[in-house]
Amino acid sequence: MDLKFTDTAKATDEERDAVDALLGAPGTGWEGGTGRSSDELRWARGGAAARERRDLLLPALHAVNDRVGWLSEGALDYICRRLTVPPAEAYGVATFYSMFSVRPRPAKVLHVCTDLACAARGGSLSAADAVGPDVSVQPSPCLGLCERAPAALLVRAGRSPSARGAEGTEGDPARPALDGQGGSGRSPGEGRPAHATAVVAPATPTALVAATTDPERAPAEPSAGAAVPQAGDPALTLLARVGVVDPASLDDYRAHGGYAALRRAFALGPAGVIREVTDAGLLGRGGAAFPTGRKWQATASQADHPHYLVCNADESEPGTFKDRVLMEGDPFALIEAMTIAGYAIGAHQGFLYLRGEYPRALGLLENAIASARARGLLGEDVLGQGYAFDIEIRRGAGAYICGEETAIFNSIEGYRGEPRTKPPFPVEKGLFGKPTAVNNVETLVNVLPILNGRTEETKLFCLSGNVARPGIYELPFGVTLRELIELAGPPDRMRAVLLGGAAGSFVRPDELDIPLTFEGTRAAGTTLGSGVVLVLDDTVELPRVLLRIAEFFRDESCGQCVPCRVGTVRQEEALHRIKDRTGADAAGDIALLREVGAAMRDASICGLGQTAWNAVESAIDRLGAYE
Amino acid sequence: MTAIPLHMPRRLVEFTLDGQEVRVPEGDTILDACRAAGKDIPTLCQGDTLTPKNACRVCVVEVEGARTLAPACSRRAEPGMTVLTDTERARHSRKVVLELLASSTDLSTTPRAAEWIKEYEAKPDRFGPDAARLNEEPKIDNDLYVRDYDKCILCYKCVDACGDQWQNTFAIAVAGRGFDARISTEHDAPLTDSACVYCGNCIEVCPTGALSFKSEFDMRAAGTWDESAQTETTTVCAYCGVGCNLTLHVQENEIVKVTSPHDNPVTHGNLCIKGRFGYQHVQQR
Ligand SMILES: Cc1cc2nc3c(=O)[nH]c(=O)nc-3n(C[C@H](O)[C@H](O)[C@H](O)COP(=O)(O)O)c2cc1C
Ligand code: SF4
Ligand code: SF4
Ligand code: SF4
Ligand code: FES
Repeated sequence: MDLKFTDTAKATDEERDAVDALLGAPGTGWEGGTGRSSDELRWARGGAAARERRDLLLPALHAVNDRVGWLSEGALDYICRRLTVPPAEAYGVATFYSMFSVRPRPAKVLHVCTDLACAARGGSLSAADAVGPDVSVQPSPCLGLCERAPAALLVRAGRSPSARGAEGTEGDPARPALDGQGGSGRSPGEGRPAHATAVVAPATPTALVAATTDPERAPAEPSAGAAVPQAGDPALTLLARVGVVDPASLDDYRAHGGYAALRRAFALGPAGVIREVTDAGLLGRGGAAFPTGRKWQATASQADHPHYLVCNADESEPGTFKDRVLMEGDPFALIEAMTIAGYAIGAHQGFLYLRGEYPRALGLLENAIASARARGLLGEDVLGQGYAFDIEIRRGAGAYICGEETAIFNSIEGYRGEPRTKPPFPVEKGLFGKPTAVNNVETLVNVLPILNGRTEETKLFCLSGNVARPGIYELPFGVTLRELIELAGPPDRMRAVLLGGAAGSFVRPDELDIPLTFEGTRAAGTTLGSGVVLVLDDTVELPRVLLRIAEFFRDESCGQCVPCRVGTVRQEEALHRIKDRTGADAAGDIALLREVGAAMRDASICGLGQTAWNAVESAIDRLGAYE
Repeated sequence: MTAIPLHMPRRLVEFTLDGQEVRVPEGDTILDACRAAGKDIPTLCQGDTLTPKNACRVCVVEVEGARTLAPACSRRAEPGMTVLTDTERARHSRKVVLELLASSTDLSTTPRAAEWIKEYEAKPDRFGPDAARLNEEPKIDNDLYVRDYDKCILCYKCVDACGDQWQNTFAIAVAGRGFDARISTEHDAPLTDSACVYCGNCIEVCPTGALSFKSEFDMRAAGTWDESAQTETTTVCAYCGVGCNLTLHVQENEIVKVTSPHDNPVTHGNLCIKGRFGYQHVQQR
């Protein structure tokens, strides 16, 4: 590789410090050290070893972005030298993610959700007018806080949270990025306050001003249990511990039945675990409903090694927040479930790919992994069974497409989060080209009750929009949509329900007897998808909702293939044209939408382009959106 | 010159192509099989010297039992598969893809684009006059070549040629996302400030003319570019001992650009800056 760096841009001390805090100090001039000694000029080494660490590119970009708030040329250049990544490629990666900026911007960035559930609740973009001029307001797709809509997330760049430990200030794991102490003990060479985040939902003008002025002192978020309206119901299985256990305490988790399933797994052996999961008929909860047992079996049986496990915690489907509530309410359950999955498929390394907009889940999961490691529940010898397994968290940086299973691989490996062509499938060639099983958070957490002998299968639903009690509901498969919405308190005059998320479809208020099973919804021409149930009353303007869906897909398309890259743009344009039209006035553009939609569904590389037109099509066909 | 590939004989895979039983060597793609059978499948991002990214999706065909269409350029033939290349569904997708591309980019220098647009009855105008276009200005920052990304279909071939598939220089990559994605140097810097070594291998593989010799660009602008008046002579580069083949494109006794035969088993169409651009001395008369 023949890397050339521009010598004009230099990283500041702060930027170098942020990168070095992650990667350690550079060993030689060849990997970013200052100057090259005459000795070093006689040899060049380090490139191959540095290239092995290409997967630290995304964490390195986060390190600088967290510290400084944006990625300067000098900072990118320094990261590239440290990791031997070509600068053009690193620039391509940095500009792929919406939480990064390659232009200077204020240290405080307020991500304001403009998506469906928040829009249905009035939105918060106008409320953001009240914040100070030192805050950069950035419209954002769904922040996964729909039960508390409208939502916003404040990120203030600053000294790294790892400085916290050095100062002897034990961080509250539930509020990971809040360094809570003013002024004292700054790390060398820095005048700025610590990195902080604040989740603001509901985002009233007052709450936004409070959070942007002083994120440390913003009111704490309600506990994850508050998102579970059925809390206390003994029928709950997946949510049983949410709001009940202390999510920061391993002891409390064990006191509530934690780690029994892992013991059982070791008793059964890997093949036995796969058999139980297969017999239970567990289907993936990430949207595609693929049989989990089959996926594990296929991965376990690959001759190529090592095998990897990836937990898909990207959850960026608008209206979906179930994985967040599970991770925030019962983080050890996910760690235990990943350990079992890793054991079953013969992996010794698991990656937890968490969306970048979930600061509380991040803190709790980091704490859970560290505690499990400290107690021998992760590491060289899990539970003394001679099985080595560990988990690394990788933060996304704002890209819905990174939830696609092969895009996750590229993102983790330090490339643009573009989906790969299948075949080959992940079970054969996945992360780092090795056999990999990718599973959704909810899917994995389901493995615990299966091994603990539960028989009835349940599903999590994310209720949002115009319902009285939004939140996560857990119900056995087969209850009807009506029964579910009754639980959540339907609006007086329902206009439509969006089932399955932005990639799902709309159903009419007279279709509520659809049984909520994978087969039942399919038979009714719709889908459970990721469990979204977004209820809209008759005050919403349907054409605006459809426009927002189209805008979402246009924004989130990775841009790799033509049907999706240009098709999503043409669809959004057509929807703009017919925003206020009906009947014959809209017919031409609707025909156009259908033709483009058919090609997108048939010819796009990945599920994003293939499903981008589903919801709008269903609104036209089932709701008569433009009649 | 024809290369005689020297590799192990491969097993044959048997499958059904448009109702005919065909046999192709294992590892061949559906497109290879189509071409062997004399079928003309349109392709844009496919190239003979690079692994296709299958990003353009004009070569899609119907594989029985599959939910979506398959890119013929990348999907390998499997024993017993049934492939239909000219169905209503496949033709529809090709037509729409051509419309989407032609409505957003300038395909005027893309070989065969006009022919396919006609064949598939694509109507790029039907998205209306306000349809978003790339609207890029040509980037002219050096005397050797011009980057006119208004013509770019984002096929990734230049990136692959500059990167790990050929040149290993990594001067360009895709930046941005979605419709805003562009081929770019780091920080969008001029080529002269980038890692570019001016091998011009990206020009060699660009299927649309988005990357072109400055000489060609200037002549097109002046209206003097005339391919029908050009001769092509393949010779050997005289600069160094590698001995790359050069194809000199000559119009009115002037070399107007230099390409290299892709079937050369040593260089596969690659050259360095000297062979590609160092021809002025020939013309010092
Ligand atoms: C555009 C796109 C986005 C996706 N986002 C997610 C996601 O955020 N979380 C998730 O679990 N699966 C997501 N998926 C589905 C994954 O590709 C994959 O099917 C899933 O993670 C497999 O896990 P499961 O078998 O446990 O469902 C997405 C798929 C597509 C096409
Ligand atoms: S369908 Fe869209 S998101 Fe998927 S690969 Fe193509 S451009 Fe990217
Ligand atoms: S510049 Fe040419 S080779 Fe590069 S992506 Fe665009 S069309 Fe393809
Ligand atoms: S093109 Fe370059 S490498 Fe090839 S023979 Fe000429 S000078 Fe040598
Ligand atoms: S958080 Fe705003 S729509 Fe989900």
